[in-house]
Amino acid sequence: MMPSSEAARNVPTGPARKGPIGIEPGRINAGQPGTEKGRVSRVGETARIDARGVYYKTLNGQIREQIEGGATRVVLDNVNGQRYIGAAIAAQGVTIEVNGVPGNDLATFMDGPTVVVNENAQDGVGNTMNSGLVVVKGDAGDVLGYGMRGGRLYVRGDVGYRVGIHMKAYEDRRPVIVVGGRARDFLGEYMAGGEIILLGLGESELPLVGSYVGTGMHGGVIYLRGEVAGHQLGKEAGTAAPTDDEMARIEELTLDFCTRAGCDAAEALDRPFTKVFPYSHRPYGKLYAY
Amino acid sequence: MAEMTFTRPEFRVRIDRETCIKCGRCVHQCGWGVYVLDDEGRPRPDHAKCAACHRCVTFCPADAITIEKNPLAYKESDSLSAAHRKAVWRQAETGGVLLTGMGNDKPYLRIFDHLLLDACQVTNPSIDPLREPMELRTYLGRKPDYVEVAPAANGLGPRLLTELDPQLELQTPIMFGGMSFGSVSLNVHRALAMAAKELGTYMNTGEGGLHADLQPYQDNIIVQCASGRFGVHADYLQAGAAVEIKIGQGAKPGIGGHLPGEKIDEAVSTTRMIPQGSDALSPAPHHDIYSIEDLRQLIYAIKESTGYKPVSVKIAAVHNVAAIASGVVRAGADIVYLDGFRGGTGAAPTIIRDHVGIPIEIAIAVVDQRLRDEGIRNRASIVAAGGIRSSADVTKAIALGADACAIGTTALVALGCHVCQKCHTGCCSWGICTQRPELVRRLDPEWGAERVINLVRAWSHELAEVLGALGVNAIESMRGSRERLRSLGLDESTSRMLGVKPAGLGH
Ligand code: SF4
Ligand code: SF4
Repeated sequence: MMPSSEAARNVPTGPARKGPIGIEPGRINAGQPGTEKGRVSRVGETARIDARGVYYKTLNGQIREQIEGGATRVVLDNVNGQRYIGAAIAAQGVTIEVNGVPGNDLATFMDGPTVVVNENAQDGVGNTMNSGLVVVKGDAGDVLGYGMRGGRLYVRGDVGYRVGIHMKAYEDRRPVIVVGGRARDFLGEYMAGGEIILLGLGESELPLVGSYVGTGMHGGVIYLRGEVAGHQLGKEAGTAAPTDDEMARIEELTLDFCTRAGCDAAEALDRPFTKVFPYSHRPYGKLYAY
Repeated sequence: MAEMTFTRPEFRVRIDRETCIKCGRCVHQCGWGVYVLDDEGRPRPDHAKCAACHRCVTFCPADAITIEKNPLAYKESDSLSAAHRKAVWRQAETGGVLLTGMGNDKPYLRIFDHLLLDACQVTNPSIDPLREPMELRTYLGRKPDYVEVAPAANGLGPRLLTELDPQLELQTPIMFGGMSFGSVSLNVHRALAMAAKELGTYMNTGEGGLHADLQPYQDNIIVQCASGRFGVHADYLQAGAAVEIKIGQGAKPGIGGHLPGEKIDEAVSTTRMIPQGSDALSPAPHHDIYSIEDLRQLIYAIKESTGYKPVSVKIAAVHNVAAIASGVVRAGADIVYLDGFRGGTGAAPTIIRDHVGIPIEIAIAVVDQRLRDEGIRNRASIVAAGGIRSSADVTKAIALGADACAIGTTALVALGCHVCQKCHTGCCSWGICTQRPELVRRLDPEWGAERVINLVRAWSHELAEVLGALGVNAIESMRGSRERLRSLGLDESTSRMLGVKPAGLGH
């Protein structure tokens, strides 16, 4: 047998590239690596950028440039998989509107702005987000709101796996995820704080939620419109009926969600909710011998 | 029966009645509460609590205290040793997973101690580092595949056309490994940050966020982003000179972290941005990273968020480390940080610390070789950590293929750590691995910084001495130069894995 290093030597590593290494041509994103900017039209505080074929790095640079230049509304047209839109942007009173499907890690580390996606979004929306609002009018993918510490993430349609993992609250920061459709497995796994509301609106052949809900949960709360079977829960989480105060909070968040995402508020509040909560803030406190 | 235990104290605390002046200082000094004063005002030790940390010994003004090993004999058994028996008893009593601190203390082969450096004799002159300049400066980051230079023209000198990726500049190839505020005290962070700035190198926040007091040192700080994302936000990422994604740690590869609620006091809570008193659980994996492609996504998310600062990826040295490191480099990491199985920790299950991972020496060699074989060695720097005890280890690690070394435990030893391995208890008498204010206060950051600076300067002089003996005048010339190493007492397959010839074999 050939030693692995010998085999590896025969693997073509691609042609030598010019300039800084870093982005391998056409590997990971829509648009070709390049500095060709998208066409911008600016009217007052509204900037429109045509993102068609624009490399993500360039596009994100343009978004930041517009915001730094005083734009309070940035509309992106023809977005097609560009990643990291809104990443680490710290600004108040700024809205980014996305027409098309943005790529992964939308609004990652974001601190303040509002991002509205008029179609579907992909994975990793709101990753480690600090504050701000993301509204997705369609479906969104996996690992939404991972480690999110503040702000709100609204998804009108269905979401994938591992949504709200390790969300955490801190002082006045309380992250919120509201999903109009259904969620897959591992919702709120390792959750340490914040609130998740899952509405399951409309008809669907999917169950409201998958399995392992709240596995390892040690803070925060999940509200489900409808019921969840015991076998769907992680062993660190239990269920109860929401209290009146909690119901008031659910209503407040749900109404805001319905207004922004365009859902029927009457339907959203037409049946009882189930609260999923952690049994302990210290789930593994007794695991060790000191 | 509930109180009964079979595990007898590991140490005996002896106080010389003649010399003891009954000052009671030992009572205050011991973080584990070993001493109480009896009716006569004499300290009475509870041997079972002693960690042999030597705090009381160091501060007893009468030099009256000695700590001895408990001489209690156990019937010898090479199989079920006394240590095994004690572990069984503890677990039979508690039903818990055994926890420990610091690095693997088991007598595995210490490869560094079986490697010998070369020196010049007769035919190739050595260099005197006291008279000749010795270059230790090291740049970490991606190097280009090739450079384009515009020739001199119009009275201007030659110009570099290739745009270089950002680099971390180290004045000496020694940096500090990630230790989180929470596992170590804020004064440890302060001391290391001051030292890093003075030395022209970097400290690393670990996964517990960056305390506001450290902002003046941010140009010499690498900020870490781990699976719990504690204290990770845009400003934090942008504050550091570079960002490190922690995938794994040598002391506990493959498992997450767990900072118990007791250690989450106000300052730790503010820095980590989590509530006081609740456990800080770092999941074993990053749940947004299940593949090399996902890792690439986070690397570039961080680059996008920081204006393209260098990103380091820290992985534990495990069996498949070479292939993993290759993936990490292809994912876009500028630095691959390898943490060997002797690396330290604030808390880890003993079974993981002592039985998982591979030695850093082998990891460096196989990763360096793999990246060379694949033609991508230039795309990332290698930082080696996990059991670097001396400048000799640094030289050997660099000769095996590392660009720089990181020290964690060794830096703590400079700050007073006596390697008692009780970090997980949060009672560290030396104010290092604790958040108890009366203990933390004991470590004066300026005093600590001075000691760490002394240590790294001394090591740097020693590095220069070794370079001189090797007849080279830059650390660059020794990097990856395994030809200047020989093995003694290593079996053939290990030597081959290291790419090092046996002692006695010439060029
Ligand atoms: S734990 Fe340390 S301070 Fe306490 S008695 Fe033992 S050696 Fe002395
Ligand atoms: S840091 Fe403190 S508790 Fe940990 S080994 Fe060193 S002296 Fe002991």
